[in-house]
Amino acid sequence: MKPPPFEYHAPRDLDDALRTLARVGTDGKVLAGGQSLIPMLNMRLMAPAHLVDINRVASLDGVEAGAAGVRVGALARHSQVERGRSHPLLTRALRLVAHPVIRNRGTVVGSLAHADPAAELPAVLAVLDGSVRLARWESGRIATREVGAREFLVGPMESAVRPGELAVSAFFPALGPRTGAAFEELARRHGDYALAGVCAVVRLDEDGQVAAARVACTGVGPVPVVVDVTEASRDGWDAAARRVQEEIEPEDDIHASAAYRRHLVGVLAGRALGGAAREAAGGA
Amino acid sequence: MTTKLFGEPVRRREDPRLLTGQGRYLDDLGRDALAAAFVRSPHAHARIRDIDVTRALDVPGLVAIYTWEDLPERVARPLPLLIPHPALTHGRTAYPLAREIVRHVGEAVVMVVAADRYAAEDACGLIDVDYEPLKAVVGLEEAVQGAQLVHEDVPGNLGTHFVQEVAGLDGRGAREAIEAAPHTLAFRLDIERSASTPLEGRGVYARWDGRDLRVYSSTQTSSSVRMAVAAALQLPLTQVEVIAPDVGGGFGVKIVHPWPEEVLVPWAAMTLGREVKWAEDRREHFISSAHERGQVHYVRVGFDDDGRVLGLDVTFLHDHGAYTHYGIIVPIITSTQLLGPYKIGAYRVEFSAVYTNTVQVTPYRGAGRPQGAFCMERTMDKIARYLGKDRTVVREVNFIGPDEFPYDQRMIFQDGRPLIYDSGNYPEMLRMIKELIGWDEHVGRPGTGIGIGCYVEGTGVGPYEGGHVQITSDGRVHVSTGLTSQGQGHETVFAQIAATELGVPIERVSVVTGDTRRFGYAVGTFASRAAVVSGSAIALACRKVREKALRIAGDALEADPADLEIEDGVVRVAGAPGATIPLGTVAVLANPLRYAFDEEATRATPFAGAADFDRPPVAEGDEPGLEGRDFYSPIRSTFAAGMHAAIVETDPDTAEIRVVRYAVVHDCGKLINPMLVEGQIHGGVAQGIGGALYERMVYDAHGQLVNASFMDFLMPYATEIPHVETAHLETPSPLNPLGVKGAGEAGVIPVAAVIASAVEDAEGIEIDRMPLSPSELFDLRTARDMK
Ligand SMILES: Cc1cc2nc3c(=O)[nH]c(=O)nc-3n(C[C@H](O)[C@H](O)[C@H](O)COP(=O)(O)OP(=O)(O)OC[C@H]3O[C@@H](n4cnc5c(N)ncnc54)[C@H](O)[C@@H]3O)c2cc1C
Repeated sequence: MKPPPFEYHAPRDLDDALRTLARVGTDGKVLAGGQSLIPMLNMRLMAPAHLVDINRVASLDGVEAGAAGVRVGALARHSQVERGRSHPLLTRALRLVAHPVIRNRGTVVGSLAHADPAAELPAVLAVLDGSVRLARWESGRIATREVGAREFLVGPMESAVRPGELAVSAFFPALGPRTGAAFEELARRHGDYALAGVCAVVRLDEDGQVAAARVACTGVGPVPVVVDVTEASRDGWDAAARRVQEEIEPEDDIHASAAYRRHLVGVLAGRALGGAAREAAGGA
Repeated sequence: MTTKLFGEPVRRREDPRLLTGQGRYLDDLGRDALAAAFVRSPHAHARIRDIDVTRALDVPGLVAIYTWEDLPERVARPLPLLIPHPALTHGRTAYPLAREIVRHVGEAVVMVVAADRYAAEDACGLIDVDYEPLKAVVGLEEAVQGAQLVHEDVPGNLGTHFVQEVAGLDGRGAREAIEAAPHTLAFRLDIERSASTPLEGRGVYARWDGRDLRVYSSTQTSSSVRMAVAAALQLPLTQVEVIAPDVGGGFGVKIVHPWPEEVLVPWAAMTLGREVKWAEDRREHFISSAHERGQVHYVRVGFDDDGRVLGLDVTFLHDHGAYTHYGIIVPIITSTQLLGPYKIGAYRVEFSAVYTNTVQVTPYRGAGRPQGAFCMERTMDKIARYLGKDRTVVREVNFIGPDEFPYDQRMIFQDGRPLIYDSGNYPEMLRMIKELIGWDEHVGRPGTGIGIGCYVEGTGVGPYEGGHVQITSDGRVHVSTGLTSQGQGHETVFAQIAATELGVPIERVSVVTGDTRRFGYAVGTFASRAAVVSGSAIALACRKVREKALRIAGDALEADPADLEIEDGVVRVAGAPGATIPLGTVAVLANPLRYAFDEEATRATPFAGAADFDRPPVAEGDEPGLEGRDFYSPIRSTFAAGMHAAIVETDPDTAEIRVVRYAVVHDCGKLINPMLVEGQIHGGVAQGIGGALYERMVYDAHGQLVNASFMDFLMPYATEIPHVETAHLETPSPLNPLGVKGAGEAGVIPVAAVIASAVEDAEGIEIDRMPLSPSELFDLRTARDMK
């Protein structure tokens, strides 16, 4: 369990980081919190020739909260964002991510770039329709593009980050008025990736009726499965939960059967939607 | 007084060191040693056609590459079969490096030695082994069919077949008794594979100075590793020393020896004339050490209207894995300890143990007892359910009475000696556990389930251990024993024993274990035996030292030794204040010197006066020094017992299982340190809950272990383990000088049975297979609802 040989780069600023990434191209990997990358290297599941460690790059650790939402820099750690409490759903989701020691190092943006279909943060980004800002070195200067959640999360462990690119920040839109959110999941052990999870956002209208209801599910598809249940919820949350069950594509693995995961998502969706609606009503 | 420490909850003396990073584990040693790494088989069963190392030769830092063909004859032999047994008719062990055939994923094929582990792994990655894959045998049922063989010369894959039968008092055999019984039940019970998984893996570090070999190993038996290494390397025993440094858990897997690496690393060190070290990584541990637990049991039981068992007939299948390095201790223990605290009318047990292309099976904490307890306790619950009786009532009618000890179960136990229980009080224990958990109040309460499980554990098996105790002129007491420590707290309990026996403050006592330089004769730490066997030996050694100290002090104080007592490290005449001599001074007097090296020593030099010219300085038959050595060899095992109860909640929607309360009543005879016994129980219960709800080894049809990491092998965290409530019962063992019984494995034994009992109670669904995940409970509910 020792990584294969690689060349290590520790750029000090963004220009340097992007230039290095441009140079190493497909042979390079970004090292952020290292909580997912290092185990994969140690198990020799990947062998990049270059590691570009962004931990010394100044200006990437910002968390900016505004009325529209929160922008989280590439070096903002899970724990830092969790304590910042700038977005209730993000805070709640982060508490479900791993254990404190891992949250002290792991980064929010790294988790999105890693694109594990069982991870919480991609689901949060997806349910909120957030986006990720990608930067690269092009013609002697920094070029950026903003990619929406749907395009960003491409497949299991696959994001839209291209070789030579760095995800510099992620944007999580604010919930808005009369809106509540919840994250329900079931992990075998405290802090493990969950067997399945459901993250829900519910917005009520002035009369307390459901104006919008959306969920994103983890662990039951190649990417977070986003389902709009605004219509279905007219027949109650149980009906909405059934609607969610129809959309997911769970698989058998050694921890749970597909049938169990489907059942579980129904239960969790009911709980999450109910919880989000209660919060929306309370916050109205 | 501070010296009466036996029985006190003394804090663990090793903890400040271990908890502040001062421990010295295997990988903390030998910083400059060369590193070894191994190419391990990626196939469960294959023929090795060719090994090509060409591409690896250019790796910077590479020192050597070895295959089986490079090994000298004594090293190249198959590993020893450690515990031969007549029923193990087809015992097979691995070669240290595979010869022609590999029989499980993870079997070592090539050894690489390089400047560091990085380079060694790089080289491993560049060695091309050409395999011809053979069909793998996976799972007990497939192995039993024998269509495909793991070892060509083992027909039907059958390594062992063994029957033990105890007729009832009326002379009837179990099968006959069952036929004649008013009620009968038959069912199948499964326990899946799990493993010890100590947090520190195995590891070996060897130094050769041209004459002497020193080996450090993360082992549960340094003395026996020493003999095995000396034999393999053809060195006189006196030129080999083996030291177990701090060991980060063993739980059974490290009693197996010599591991291939324990022979190969010292051999490489001698061959290369360089220090060599190998520290196992987690994946290696999963696929190349040992597993346990996996068994399938078929039970038939006959009983009367009260639930009294008239006949019990158990047939089970045991999985050897690919090899039988350790023999058949696990199924022997299952078959004998299954009886628990009960007297069964007539008992017949038969097991077949078969080879599969998986990691070998050797004892893991509990060592076959969790499976046995699962059979017996599930049986008791099923009888109760059938008769509509309370589960504790059915157990009680089957208990051995407190006045029936010694109780002879008329079988042969794992030590080859009769299975005779020395002492116990099972009805009292049942009363205590029912009170502790609140059984009567809880039974039948909706929304939760309550379960119970009982067991008896043969502990403190022989053949022997020894202790050496020396008092030096500074008044310090140095205790050593040959068996090893893996975190149990031996430094504390052995010091308590010595402090109590000698009347010295515990601060003055130091303890060394597992170092053959200090004590060469030993067996090892397993089978909950350290406190019983080494503890007794140390007490006996202390008594010898004490006797000598009193004799010398008697001379010095001109008093009869019988009138002397030792308190706080000072010998004095009982009832006569003033007439005293510190033990340190006694030690000085015990060792007549020619040369003075400090003030104390001056008193023992030739012209210090007070010599008796009619006697030689060391009296005939005496020895210089204030030290004693003794051994304890138990006549047979001593039988500890326990009863556990749990309350669980099962989520009606998600099928999650939560252990709300867990209670243990435990009897390990006289308690040396109740806090440490509780610690052992807590750790055992945690492992038991792992086995009941989380841990399993998942092999696919090709013999790949698909969850060989802590990501997917779900060892529970502290967050998954409930608070464990404990109470103690003390029925002293009549067999040893301290009256103690073992406690190391107690916590783990009945947990799967207890949780099954509780979930069954909560759900009304029979639980016949463990572990049980939410997904599986959901399946059971679905199956029930479809009926
Ligand atoms: C025991 C354990 C339990 C865990 N449990 C959970 C859990 O329950 N839920 C969960 O969501 N996560 C869990 N994680 C993963 C954890 O959240 C990781 O920290 C996170 O997924 C990745 O963040 P990181 O900063 O560590 O990324 P790294 O490990 O440094 O990188 C991960 C991948 O993302 C790429 N990458 C990282 N940052 C960028 C960037 N800015 N631009 C482009 N590419 C980038 C890397 O190249 C690499 O491919 C767990 C981890 C461990 C070790």
